[in-house]
Amino acid sequence: MSQTKPSENKAAKDASQDRQKRMIAGHFDKLSRAKEEGKKVVYTFVPGNLVELITSLGMLPVLPEINALQSGMRKLSGGFINEAERGGHSEDVCAYVKCDIGMMKKGNIGPTGLPLPEPDLLLLSYTGCFTFMKWFELLKQHYKCPVVMLHVPYQSNGEITEEMRAYVVRQLVDTVIPALEAVAGKKLDPTVLADTLARSREAEHDLVKVWESAKHRPSPIDGYFGGVYYVGPIFSAFRGGEDAVAYYRELRSEVEARMASGEGPVTPDGPSAKERYRLVVEGPPSWTHFFDFWRMFAREGATVVASTYTRVGGLYDGGFRHDPERPLESLADYCLGCYTNLSLPKRVELLERYVREYDADGFMINSVKSCNSFSVGQLLMLRQLEERTGVAGGFVESDLVDPRYFGKANIENRVQSFLQMLDARRQRSAS
Amino acid sequence: MRCVVGIDLGSTTTKAVMLDEEGVVVGRGITNSRSNYEVACAVARDEAHTAARFAFVERAAQALDGPGAELARQKLDELHGAFRLELFLAELEALRVTMHASLSRSFVHRERRAELAPAIGAIVDGIRERAPADFLPGAARKSDFFRDLAGAAFVAGAEARAREGGPPFEQLVGVFDRAILDVETRRLSRDIPDLLRRASARVWQRDEGAGLPLRRALDRVVESASAETLEEIVFVGTGYGRQTLPFPKEAVRSEILCHGRGAHRVCPGTRTVLDIGGQDTKAIQVDAGGVVTSFQMNDRCAAGCGRYLGYIADELSLGLHELGPLALQSTRTVKVCSTCTVFASAELRERLALGQKREDILAGLHRAIMVRAMSLLARSGGVFDEFTFTGGVCNNPMAVKVLRELVAENYGAGVTINTDPNSIYMGALGAALFALDDLRAGVNLVTPAFAREAS
Amino acid sequence: MSHPHDDPAGAVLARARALCEDMTFAEVRAWKGANPGRLVIGHMPIYSPRPLLEALGCLPIAIHGGGDQLEIIRGDSYFQSYICHIPRSTIELAVSGRLDAFDGMLFPSICDVIRNLGGMWQMLFPEKYSAYLDLPQNFDMAVGGRFYAQELRRIAGELTARGASALDQARLRDAIRDENARRAALRALDEVRVETPWLIRASEAYVAARAGGLMLAREHTALLQELVARVKERDAQPYDNVRVVVTGSFCEQPPLDLIVALEKAGCDIVDDDFMLGLRMIEGDIDEERPSGDLLDALAAAYLERGAATASRYIGAGENGAALLQKVKDCRADGVVFAAASFCDPALLDQPMLEAALGAAGVPFTSFKFAENTGQFQVIREQAGAFSDSVKLWGAA
Repeated sequence: MSQTKPSENKAAKDASQDRQKRMIAGHFDKLSRAKEEGKKVVYTFVPGNLVELITSLGMLPVLPEINALQSGMRKLSGGFINEAERGGHSEDVCAYVKCDIGMMKKGNIGPTGLPLPEPDLLLLSYTGCFTFMKWFELLKQHYKCPVVMLHVPYQSNGEITEEMRAYVVRQLVDTVIPALEAVAGKKLDPTVLADTLARSREAEHDLVKVWESAKHRPSPIDGYFGGVYYVGPIFSAFRGGEDAVAYYRELRSEVEARMASGEGPVTPDGPSAKERYRLVVEGPPSWTHFFDFWRMFAREGATVVASTYTRVGGLYDGGFRHDPERPLESLADYCLGCYTNLSLPKRVELLERYVREYDADGFMINSVKSCNSFSVGQLLMLRQLEERTGVAGGFVESDLVDPRYFGKANIENRVQSFLQMLDARRQRSAS
Repeated sequence: MRCVVGIDLGSTTTKAVMLDEEGVVVGRGITNSRSNYEVACAVARDEAHTAARFAFVERAAQALDGPGAELARQKLDELHGAFRLELFLAELEALRVTMHASLSRSFVHRERRAELAPAIGAIVDGIRERAPADFLPGAARKSDFFRDLAGAAFVAGAEARAREGGPPFEQLVGVFDRAILDVETRRLSRDIPDLLRRASARVWQRDEGAGLPLRRALDRVVESASAETLEEIVFVGTGYGRQTLPFPKEAVRSEILCHGRGAHRVCPGTRTVLDIGGQDTKAIQVDAGGVVTSFQMNDRCAAGCGRYLGYIADELSLGLHELGPLALQSTRTVKVCSTCTVFASAELRERLALGQKREDILAGLHRAIMVRAMSLLARSGGVFDEFTFTGGVCNNPMAVKVLRELVAENYGAGVTINTDPNSIYMGALGAALFALDDLRAGVNLVTPAFAREAS
Repeated sequence: MSHPHDDPAGAVLARARALCEDMTFAEVRAWKGANPGRLVIGHMPIYSPRPLLEALGCLPIAIHGGGDQLEIIRGDSYFQSYICHIPRSTIELAVSGRLDAFDGMLFPSICDVIRNLGGMWQMLFPEKYSAYLDLPQNFDMAVGGRFYAQELRRIAGELTARGASALDQARLRDAIRDENARRAALRALDEVRVETPWLIRASEAYVAARAGGLMLAREHTALLQELVARVKERDAQPYDNVRVVVTGSFCEQPPLDLIVALEKAGCDIVDDDFMLGLRMIEGDIDEERPSGDLLDALAAAYLERGAATASRYIGAGENGAALLQKVKDCRADGVVFAAASFCDPALLDQPMLEAALGAAGVPFTSFKFAENTGQFQVIREQAGAFSDSVKLWGAA
């Protein structure tokens, strides 16, 4: 985010945000020195990431999805996508993959301007998205490095069964941990792992408190546009580390202070307007137009009180925590429980719960072209959720990082129409 | 009279509707949209204002009695035509000045300037000469927009000149093309009472034999209509170009809400609205009070919108309005699956090459478009009784016929389907109704800059 | 193709084609009427364990979308424009009542679209059985095999609870035998295509294979055997065509006219992945297992002898190796990539396969389609140019 306009950095002025920036800079710095320092590098995905296993073995994680979204925010993704499409990738497919491949072809320079090291291992945790598999197959062809697959079964019946958990644990024991150990050149120390998982649990607990603060009126946070900053550390390289524990402790106290003084969330243009609409959002943001999109809501006093995108890297407000007492089982449950690994009926249930528990006036779906895992079925979810909750739903279409799919006028039209519809409905029920 | 104005700035046309304090429509106006949104809004508003004045004229004429009253009423159509002619001539003169000015500035035309300037003067003189006939009652004009009328006449004049060995056609038309853009971004002041007087004079000039009582009666009508005040209190804007509407933020309403409300106002039983315009398609559900409860719009892909029919018409060298009637002649609808605008021409050519009949292919295309609209309707919640179809495409008889069939097939025969000749004004009407709300609530009493400068 | 009346294979092909094109599923309704109490279970493409369904007394019906004749009215309303076509037509079939005779649907793990379609089914048709079949991506019998056998046992149990017969090893063995016989018949048909492509067009073989998704294995075997016998009676001469492998159409199917257009453009399609589901297992399924449980045989067949395709993880192997082997085995001159628009697995796989072909010097061309594509001119020209260039320049 170093190249975004100054005004767009107002959101990041809290102490916790400064801390997060230092954490990210430090991590990319470590990555840039990894090869010379003999550190091993493991590429992996956000949903179902096993970052505790990676760091417990002293290795460094790289998350290509995060690189892609950062490229989107820095307006570089369009060029990277073109690069990949020139190389034979279809316009039809996931833009995260193409953005990553384009970035790789252009020298693999990370978001802080430092080059990223090549992977020593691709840890393919196949959670909630088929494209991940093709993504790492493509990287494997380029890097000629080993890949280890963790097949995480889908919660098609809305539950985690003993069979599913055992299957994942068995893969961890038989395949994943040995592959990680082989690259790390050492054995996994169970006490190190347990300590790491205990720190994950602590950070997760504080994050849940941050989410729940949005039940307050006015909400002290924006649980979507602001929320994507809050999940930064826990979705990426930092879960299980001391830094993450400190970050979430600090964030929680900031949020609690804002709640106590009746303040709303911080927006790209400073403190928010008076809270006029409380919304639940389903679907990822559009990174290329993140601030444009946020402003469409913030200017109207629309605060997102809960979102599902901020649960793709772990669904902690359902009660799940990493558990040092059941290390492998809890890692399995973590992978199995990520948001996009839930069945559609379960996703509707979760959204319904958010609408009720957070007392939302409406919900909005941002349907992104790149992510079929999210998008297929959202039009049915919209109808079902409207019927179940009685609140109105809005629907916009865009993309994660392909700027060609962000039609600003069309999206603004839909967002404003939706908010004005909420007003009109409110006036009608008042009269 | 105190009025409110709603303006709908669309991608191809800009519409204005003026309501009195009782919510009765007193005037509607339309013009082509252009790069200067402010002028587009101002012209649409001027047109609505003009229509309102003519409504006063009509009303005053109805109240006439005594000698000549009946004849005076018959003269009103002529008066209206003469009024439009005066407007046209004023714009034509502005165009003439602009063309000459641009010629004298242009380096490109320096060598031919001596030849081009008189040719342009002569073409404009010719248009001027022929114009009155176009504005007689009953004369068929292809458009009421100055750009279209002047453009067609200029092209015809330039062709004739070029044929007679004058300057090259492309150069003449080039001068026109640049100048019209310029003229269209400026706003001509419109002094309606003065224009009315001039129009009236023109009518009598044509008809010197008419009696003095008749002339007096008509003058009285014009004067009384001119004297009536029209005070525009509140403006609300909407439309596809809303992001750049020359309105303060609080005076802007979503076009979805405006379309829904406008359609509900015209057909009060409306629960579902389908609007197919040039650029987008909207499916809207409203409640008994006209409040939008749900809506869906097409995505960035323009498949199935009016624009698509435009491509098809171009490919067949037909006018847009000819497509529907031709498709109605079909006896065997060809199955067309794709409504992709990009492939429209290729698909059409391939089918023609296969020997399929034009009308049968067109029938298939119409069905494909309406099937797509049905899907958007289903996405928004379905079709409920009554169902109102609006937007430019609702003037296409084949589109309406197919829609009726599809609604009957999928939602039963009990759904009343409304179309309205004024459906193009639904968005502006809805905006005006929101303005009326504001007037009654005493909030957002906004007059945008362009309306303050107005006549 | 000769005139149907003179064509020895005309009748059997006409029967297969009528079955494939009947989007009212009249024969399924008839079966249901004749077999009260037994279940009809639909399944989406790529791979479903049909012998298991047959062993439970069910009629497994492959659903490959709605083809190019079905008008999509409600199906489109559930899907954004950037999603492939097969879920639209599949929903259309269901909401229009055409699948009323079906008791349930299986959604094998092809991609996120089909996975979520399964979830939509749960919400739209709660009274019908619907199951997601999580095909394993771990190919160790003790790990992925064990999980997959458990999946199959779960599905069997759920179907039994809905009125299917209980799982019985003897009946499963019979069903596996029937399936193996069908595979042998399909192999015989493939051999005719590879060795004497002028005797049977790929479009004909396609229809004959596709019909098999709409009947029991035993009936299909008979149909295939008859077809092979009949086409050998044909009096046809070799054409001067290029031999191609078509790949990428494993889920949404190209319209039949598109396959015909490729042939008319000078391509003998000697192999393809159109009807991958029936040919997923390369070789026979074991009819005995040391464990005594034939669910393990189904699992082992999938894990150990499953064909390489885009939605199956290629672990240690190279992407494209299987395609190159196929090209070699059927002596193809080139490859045609025909992927459905917006098909993530096929389109993400394609650059890797192209790289492998490029490295091996195998020429290829590619295009996209939708099941309801109505125009083939561009594809015809492209395929014609491809076949001409391959003919002129050899496999260079």
